[in-house]
Amino acid sequence: MLLEIKELTKDFGGLRAVENFSLNIKKNDLIGLIGPNGAGKTTIFNLLTGVYEPTSGYVKLLGEEITAEKPYKITAAGIARTFQNIRLFKDMSVLQNVLVSKHFNVEYGMFGGIFKSKLYQKEEIRIKREAEVLLDRFGLQDKMHLPANSLPYGEQRRLEIVRALATNPALLLLDEPAAGMNPQETAELMELIRGIRKDFKIAILLIEHDMKFVMGLCERLVVLDYGKIIAKGKPEEIRNNKRVIEAYLGEVEE
Amino acid sequence: MEQYIIQVVIFMGINIILAVSLNLINGITGQFSLGHAGFMAVGAYASAILAKNYNLPILLTILIGAILAGMVGVLIGFPVLRLKGDYLAIVTLGFGEIIRVILLNMKITGGAKGLPGIPGGVTLLVSYFFALITVIVILNIMNSTDGRAFMAIREDEIAAEAMGVNITLYKVLAFAIGAFFAGIAGGLYAHFYQFLKPDSFNMYKTVDVLLMVVLGGMGSVTGSILAAIILTIIPELLRGFAEYRMIVYSLTLIILMIARPDGIFGKKEITDIISFKKRGR
Repeated sequence: MLLEIKELTKDFGGLRAVENFSLNIKKNDLIGLIGPNGAGKTTIFNLLTGVYEPTSGYVKLLGEEITAEKPYKITAAGIARTFQNIRLFKDMSVLQNVLVSKHFNVEYGMFGGIFKSKLYQKEEIRIKREAEVLLDRFGLQDKMHLPANSLPYGEQRRLEIVRALATNPALLLLDEPAAGMNPQETAELMELIRGIRKDFKIAILLIEHDMKFVMGLCERLVVLDYGKIIAKGKPEEIRNNKRVIEAYLGEVEE
Repeated sequence: MEQYIIQVVIFMGINIILAVSLNLINGITGQFSLGHAGFMAVGAYASAILAKNYNLPILLTILIGAILAGMVGVLIGFPVLRLKGDYLAIVTLGFGEIIRVILLNMKITGGAKGLPGIPGGVTLLVSYFFALITVIVILNIMNSTDGRAFMAIREDEIAAEAMGVNITLYKVLAFAIGAFFAGIAGGLYAHFYQFLKPDSFNMYKTVDVLLMVVLGGMGSVTGSILAAIILTIIPELLRGFAEYRMIVYSLTLIILMIARPDGIFGKKEITDIISFKKRGR
């Protein structure tokens, strides 16, 4: 078991944003988390990555409890994420954006950097090479030295994924990766995500609104409404599930 | 005349240290601090008292003063962790003023009467030795993984933490390093003027340094150095205008900021501009 989420609950004052959310994620799973606006999907991402502390329940990564750990520690433990609204380091170069993700496993300390020690030289070469390999793989190598905010929208989304992958995660969380994309870009993104899963051998949990996108991509879906899981299963099971249709389209008149 | 020019140039070196170190906190890490005069004061008084009362060599006392200032930086860094932007500015300004008021009321500092008879010895060489060290250290930090961590915090705190940066540690580190070098500038200042009074470290001193950082470009070390040079020279050149001096000074600043709203260098370094031109051709 890669990730074990057990009865996760989060209250904001009197509002229960997430209630008894349980989910097991295995190595190399590709799971979609769907649900209407305000269903609590992003809250779950924030609970998994340590941005919020759950009211109750726990999260275990490879058997180790990571509930309410600091976000940077969870990243180092193996969960990386992207954001619903792009959060790149805008004025830093594309390469620097990826290098930030290497920060936590760089072996030289601050004095190594100040005195440009041998280890500093060696490590900088290592992380730059690793970053370049990734940028190459995702077709961003020619834009390496440009500021991140000069990239077109689709490439900014792609860079966010590259930056998350650069932390060497076991689980990648994608928060609405297809938001704002045209059908052509969405189709490319589907291929990209399939490729990531195959080449990097990691598990992916993604939030998405685009039904065609999730149905075509994920093998398992979890549907959330008002903070509760209302359905779990294969895309074809979810498609015909009465409660899911109700949640999306409103109550069916008898 | 020659003596006067040397003095201005030494003072310029001190200002370079102040601007570059404040830039680390405000420009590179993006934590808008107004406590720099306070850090400078800690370094200045500590070094002055140690040299005067215990006859220690000034190179050593300046270093001890800087370490003390760095520790005060850590002390201030922690409570302000949860604050951002305007709120951070106000609180750090308050801390700076508290330091000044404490110095004003201590016996060992001479209070409002000031502290005379501080050993001298800050030559051109001493001043620029420290300025060079400051610039090299901060430039090297910027080109390391720690520098990228500082910049990532400036760009987007939430994303920085999600990519594995310990933002608490790095915010405190920015304050510690910035305060350390402000302490060095303070020590140089003390042994250069050989007289200290708490009023020299009021909020106007911080604003002077802040102007250099903003004018040079928040985040650009080259910009901070250039702006420190310009803003040390302009007031001296304007001495001929007598009572109109501050008006002309302010107008110069306004015109410069209208012409270059992101500061002279923006976030770039001189090396970026040169290498960009090379690549262009």
